[in-house]
Amino acid sequence: MIVKKIGDSVMTPLGFSLEENFQAVMGGRSALRRYDSLWNLPFPCFVSLIPDAALETEWKQEVNAADFPFLTTKFEKIALISAVKAVKQSGIDPKSERLVFILSSTKGNVELLGDENSDMERVTPAHTAQLIADYFGNPNTPITVSNACISGLCAQIEAFRCLQSGQYDTAVVIGADVLSPFIVAGFQSLKALSDEQCRPFSANRKGLNLGEAAAAVVYTVADDSADGWRMLAGAVRNDANHISGPSRTGEGSYRALCSVLSDSSLTANDLACLNVHGTSTMYNDEMESIAINRAGLNAVPVNAMKGYYGHTLGAAGILETLLTMRALEEGKVPATRGFDELGVTNPVLVSSESIDTQKHAFVKLLSGFGGCNAASAFTNPNLK
Amino acid sequence: MNTMVKHTVKLTPNYLEVNGNRVAEAVSGESFLTMLYRKYNMDYPKFFKMDVLCKVGFVASEILLAEEGTERFVPRADRAVILFNRNSSLNADRTFQKTIADPADFYPSPSVFVYTLPNIVTGEIAIRNKYHGESSFILLPEKSQEAMNQAIARAFMDGETTSVLTGWVEAVSETDFEAEMELRIKNYEL
Repeated sequence: MIVKKIGDSVMTPLGFSLEENFQAVMGGRSALRRYDSLWNLPFPCFVSLIPDAALETEWKQEVNAADFPFLTTKFEKIALISAVKAVKQSGIDPKSERLVFILSSTKGNVELLGDENSDMERVTPAHTAQLIADYFGNPNTPITVSNACISGLCAQIEAFRCLQSGQYDTAVVIGADVLSPFIVAGFQSLKALSDEQCRPFSANRKGLNLGEAAAAVVYTVADDSADGWRMLAGAVRNDANHISGPSRTGEGSYRALCSVLSDSSLTANDLACLNVHGTSTMYNDEMESIAINRAGLNAVPVNAMKGYYGHTLGAAGILETLLTMRALEEGKVPATRGFDELGVTNPVLVSSESIDTQKHAFVKLLSGFGGCNAASAFTNPNLK
Repeated sequence: MNTMVKHTVKLTPNYLEVNGNRVAEAVSGESFLTMLYRKYNMDYPKFFKMDVLCKVGFVASEILLAEEGTERFVPRADRAVILFNRNSSLNADRTFQKTIADPADFYPSPSVFVYTLPNIVTGEIAIRNKYHGESSFILLPEKSQEAMNQAIARAFMDGETTSVLTGWVEAVSETDFEAEMELRIKNYEL
């Protein structure tokens, strides 16, 4: 029995389908823009935002909104639209008691705290997850994973285990986050934001950019002989070091990588790439270079997607997994946009150009506040 | 897989129960969490910097692990920390929101912002105890032992995990909180 991908969807400022986003990435386009005083915040920032007008059009087209008039926030809308499109594409019955919805989000509707008249019940993403399950008429308790920046991988790992254990046959995994003064001011207060386009792994990197996105992936159980993308393994490990700073030894990422290589039986030679976190903060990219080297993966091409979208928080783990899958289907490892001169102490194979590959497996890596780190391995053995 | 609950702690603003026995009650005029911190000699000054969700999770975990009685603070990766609640980091979120609400009085603080994630409490427990295993915070639409049991069973699917420090940890204000925490051990004998 394997865990196989049977559907997906992507919503970003670069497009509302995986194909549009893949073409944009391969074309080197970025959704990041400079704003001098976004939402009257007293500092400039580089962020990528989903345009409201395009979102409204998509909302009317994809969602039976008349029956759900209480879904009004951007977060609720992008999360539900991405779920609707992934469910439709995969042809599954979302009402099935053998199916579970899993949501990944860091801050959900937190912007509602800024409006005293809003319903505080709606702030937690657990509430949004229930609304999504209700929209589809699904009877099972939805699972919401909120592990900072690694949530998108944690949610896929929960899905993997739900299917491996036989608890469910199908899992719809949705990752979404939107930006608000809360999140942007928070990251600015941590001095984590760059006032220019982010430059993952580069010597002159100055910090991260934030971005909005939603992405969904549908996994189901299938026979060992099934074609398509399959999830092989996933692991979550903690640095046990600091709540807001990465480990100097890459401890948690190193351990997560080792666990996933062992569980998947993949070796460095099998991997087309490591799709890493690559936030473009000094400490994150340095930490990842250490972890990659400790895990013996320094000969594997490394790429990061933050130069196209910024850090899309709870969506990142799903968005970046799907884009890597799509690129490998075309025999490509996408360029790391924004990368120029290597600026980490341990050697990693980052490229500002896309590269050709014949390999069909990859590892996705993420790390986040709370000292958490996650890795997952995926393969598509039928790729030519 | 068979697992066994080894110890339990229930902590509310009014009382503490260990393994089902009432062992402490709050006294008016004093923070119950701080009182327990001192009573159990936790000796971890970072406690005073934590937000209330972390304090509740930290105090409950310290009492639970003292009850376990094995050697502590030895690096290990075989113990996962899997916690649950409904409202995420709502209290820290409200605190941070106040610092950005007024453009004329705009003072976002990194030491407040960092607590606006629910998984900081799982991280605090991992740091305190040198746990390198899985750590995860899961939000549920309502408190459900069945949903928590299922998630705990999934955590045991990680080949390295032999025990899970787990439970419900909710703190929606300084005076409205609840922790029900337990230690689950993989049980080979059953």
